[in-house]
Amino acid sequence: MGASQTRAEHQYQDLADKTGFSFEQIKNLFQRFQQLSGNEETISRANLDSIPALANNPIRKQIIGAFFDKRNQHQDEVGSCDQIGFEQFLMVMSHFRPPNLRTTDEEKEAMRKEKLRFLFNMHDSDNDGTITLAEYRKVVEELLSKSGEIGQETAKAIADAAMLEVASINVPNMGPEEFYEGITFEHFEEILKGLEMESRMHIRFLDVDTSTMRCGKSQS
Amino acid sequence: MPAKRDSHSPAGKSLPERGLLLLIVLVLLQGSVLPLGAASSPNTSRNDYVDNPQVKVGKSNYTKKAFPVLTLDYHHIQAPFEISLWILLASLMKLGFHLIPRLSGIVPESCLLITVGLLVGGLIKLAGEDVPPVLDSRLFFLCLLPPIILDAGYFLPIRPFMENLGTILMFAVVGTLWNAFFIGGLLYAVCQIQPANPSILHKIELLPCLLFGSIISAVDPVAVLAVFEEIHINELLHILVFGESLLNDAVTVVLYHLFEEYSGAGTVTVLDCFLGIISFLVVAIGGVLVGVIYGLLAAFTSRFTSHVRVIEPLFVFVYAYMAYLSAEVFHLSGIMALIACGATMRPYVEANISHKSHTTVKYFLKMWSSVSETLIFIFLGVATVDGPHHWNWTFVTVTVLLCLVSRVIGVVGLTYVINKFRIVKLTTKDQFIIAYGGLRGAIAFSLGFLLKKDLFPMREMFLTAIITVVFFTVFVQGMTIQPLVELLAVKKKQEAKRTINEEIHTQFLDHLLTGIEDICGHYGHHHWKDKLNRFNKKYVKKCLIAGERSKEPQLIAFYHKMEFKQAIEMVESGGGFKMPSAMPSTVSMQNIQPKKPPPAKPVEKAEKAPSQLPKGREEEIRKILRSNLQRTRLRLRSYNRHTLVADPFEDGFDDLLIKKQKMIELEKKIKDMNNYLTVPAAPPDSPTMCRARLSSDPQSYRAKPESDSVPTIHVDLASPQSPDSVNVMDEFRRAGQQRGGERGEEDQGLMMRPHKTGEGADGKDPQKLTRCLSDPGPSADEEEDQPFLA
Repeated sequence: MGASQTRAEHQYQDLADKTGFSFEQIKNLFQRFQQLSGNEETISRANLDSIPALANNPIRKQIIGAFFDKRNQHQDEVGSCDQIGFEQFLMVMSHFRPPNLRTTDEEKEAMRKEKLRFLFNMHDSDNDGTITLAEYRKVVEELLSKSGEIGQETAKAIADAAMLEVASINVPNMGPEEFYEGITFEHFEEILKGLEMESRMHIRFLDVDTSTMRCGKSQS
Repeated sequence: MPAKRDSHSPAGKSLPERGLLLLIVLVLLQGSVLPLGAASSPNTSRNDYVDNPQVKVGKSNYTKKAFPVLTLDYHHIQAPFEISLWILLASLMKLGFHLIPRLSGIVPESCLLITVGLLVGGLIKLAGEDVPPVLDSRLFFLCLLPPIILDAGYFLPIRPFMENLGTILMFAVVGTLWNAFFIGGLLYAVCQIQPANPSILHKIELLPCLLFGSIISAVDPVAVLAVFEEIHINELLHILVFGESLLNDAVTVVLYHLFEEYSGAGTVTVLDCFLGIISFLVVAIGGVLVGVIYGLLAAFTSRFTSHVRVIEPLFVFVYAYMAYLSAEVFHLSGIMALIACGATMRPYVEANISHKSHTTVKYFLKMWSSVSETLIFIFLGVATVDGPHHWNWTFVTVTVLLCLVSRVIGVVGLTYVINKFRIVKLTTKDQFIIAYGGLRGAIAFSLGFLLKKDLFPMREMFLTAIITVVFFTVFVQGMTIQPLVELLAVKKKQEAKRTINEEIHTQFLDHLLTGIEDICGHYGHHHWKDKLNRFNKKYVKKCLIAGERSKEPQLIAFYHKMEFKQAIEMVESGGGFKMPSAMPSTVSMQNIQPKKPPPAKPVEKAEKAPSQLPKGREEEIRKILRSNLQRTRLRLRSYNRHTLVADPFEDGFDDLLIKKQKMIELEKKIKDMNNYLTVPAAPPDSPTMCRARLSSDPQSYRAKPESDSVPTIHVDLASPQSPDSVNVMDEFRRAGQQRGGERGEEDQGLMMRPHKTGEGADGKDPQKLTRCLSDPGPSADEEEDQPFLA
């Protein structure tokens, strides 16, 4: 009660403004953060790696990498860090908030851009602003990595076909000698505009404490 | 002469079409006259039976008549003949509607068909005969309804359905319950007013009213399908209304049986209600379970059909029908069983059966459901004429009004609750369309028909009211929904086909969101979906899918499907490299491959074709396509009963004919031109290839031997581009063009090209002479800068 409560609230208020979460959600996420970090101040990659449920995920490395990617912090920094604090954790999580009934169209548009940017950063590992063929190939390979014994060639083929598609949509009249450098962010937006990211790329953040109950659905 | 032609063209009718219309009228007349004959023939048959004993007894009295050369024996084949006649009539009607130019745009087909049914029924009645009981409930529920539902269930888009399942269930269960009780209750109340003038309405008790309410409250899948298919509304609304119409069957079945059962007794106790709820769960879950079991059986059977491919479609149909019948045995929900069966078996069966069987299944389902739907609407018209009717102004108008009002209130109220749980909220426009799309149809009518007269003295009045509501919804709402959709600017269906980028990113997103949920620590529905997928992959697919395909991840399966489709199109289009795409683009593999330095020495071994040797034809085709995979946004015809989904082979037949003509002309031209050249005509090449070839000399002018239909991978060592991309295409082109050249004359229907939309340059001729830099060539066509691997 008293002073400590208001300090925490003040801190949460700050975070809430920056990330858009509610107090309840921040509290729950903080508890999870404590759990992951072993009550430390920061978490490292090893902490996230050790989540057992993630073991089956084919793109685990990219997901973990995204948490440590400075580009997702919206502060115009690049590179990656080794340890992140709660605020950075929240910032990354905020990319997965869903829109609500009151979100205006411009906000939805901004949200979509933000989410697409997150995805783009995940693919563009060398941060040169384009997703080159090699990077895209790597993405497809990772996607198919847990799926068994398909050869490298199929992944390469799929990536090539996808790249071709992007180029065909965005720069349809390329001469035979020109070279398509890579997918820029605008092209990326263009090819994914059918997917309506702002409604698809979200998870439900909990308002209630689920450490006692293990069922999933509740209101966000 | 020209004047005559002009007079034909505005009407759009030519002689064959007029002949068809005449045929339709004749069939109509025949259809109405024959029941006359049929009605009279039982008399003759009775006479026969009377005569026969005499003949048998008095065999010695048998006098020899002249051998009958030609006899008329109608009643021998009466039943099948009449059935076939009805089907023929229905199909001819459908053809007829589309001949009349603007009619099908304004009036939905269902209305036209009901009108035709009314006409036929009227004709029959005028002829003084009994209208055959066409909408006999057994016929309807056992023969006419299952094809439509199976078609809907087999092609149900699973992903949007599952994503919106909560909403759909809310509308189906709670919405139908609300409708039933609201309508039933208020009707009873209305019937009880005016105590001063007792009318027959006062005799109606509460339970029959509630029964009537439950019959009339269910949204009908047939009507919804018929109307919604023509308006091309966006996927979400379509799946919401359609899913609701399918899933409310369980509620309807339970309510119907409950009230029917207890109408005799007169009261319903709390225990009965409780049992009703349990019954609902049993009916719904039992129906789904039955369907799933049969679906898995069908999937398992299809694993072994690799040697007898021709009967593969049969398994799909028969297992599904058995699921329906088995569910009906126990009074479970047959519709839900069918849907579950179709949806369960589809992914596994499609992985197992051949491409042709897949096409067969698709075509047959669409055909049967189309005919069924047509017949249902015609019969509805006929049965309306038949009656029996008892018109009561109060009852009917109150019913219609209450239906509308209760639907609106129900939808609005439910949406308010549902929106609290949904991410993509339903807007007011959406709610309006959902409310307006609540059409009633033949199921309600058949259920009313099933009522027994002695238990329900008001049966005729009920039937009249039901028919009025059905007519009102189908005609008024059906006709006006299209303009309303336009007016409200409701989002329409997206026409573009799923691209491979979208597929990749959908999968990526799935994994990403699952991962984030795991990091967050709670088991959201992504987590469970992922678990289900893994279970499916690990155990179920191994059981149910034959051979290697069981291990194929979804992305690869999608990719292969796309490649295969394009391979077929390319092979069948004769290798012409005008591949249609909504956006013709000149991009090809070379544009995205990082530039490699040209090989120092044109040595064979260094530039061998990609290391995998072609294992089989499929492998080769795949490689060819990989290098040329260009098609991006295929124009996909929207899902429609009457045209099939994404079938490029049927469309553009006119284009095909024009192209064939052009090709024939070009061939002639080239044959002429061949006489002028001193070098033998080498197969056409792109400018770059030609330039490349020039650099290493002798190969470019050697006429390549005529290859058979298998495109072989031939490496041209001088190419600066990546070896696996360009030459393959050339070889293929050559092969195709040679074939195309020979077969240009006789080829009747094999060379189908997909429907091309949205592109200007049509006849890009596939045959182009090699252009040497020093010899520009005489043909004018060569001026166009032919896009490489267009």
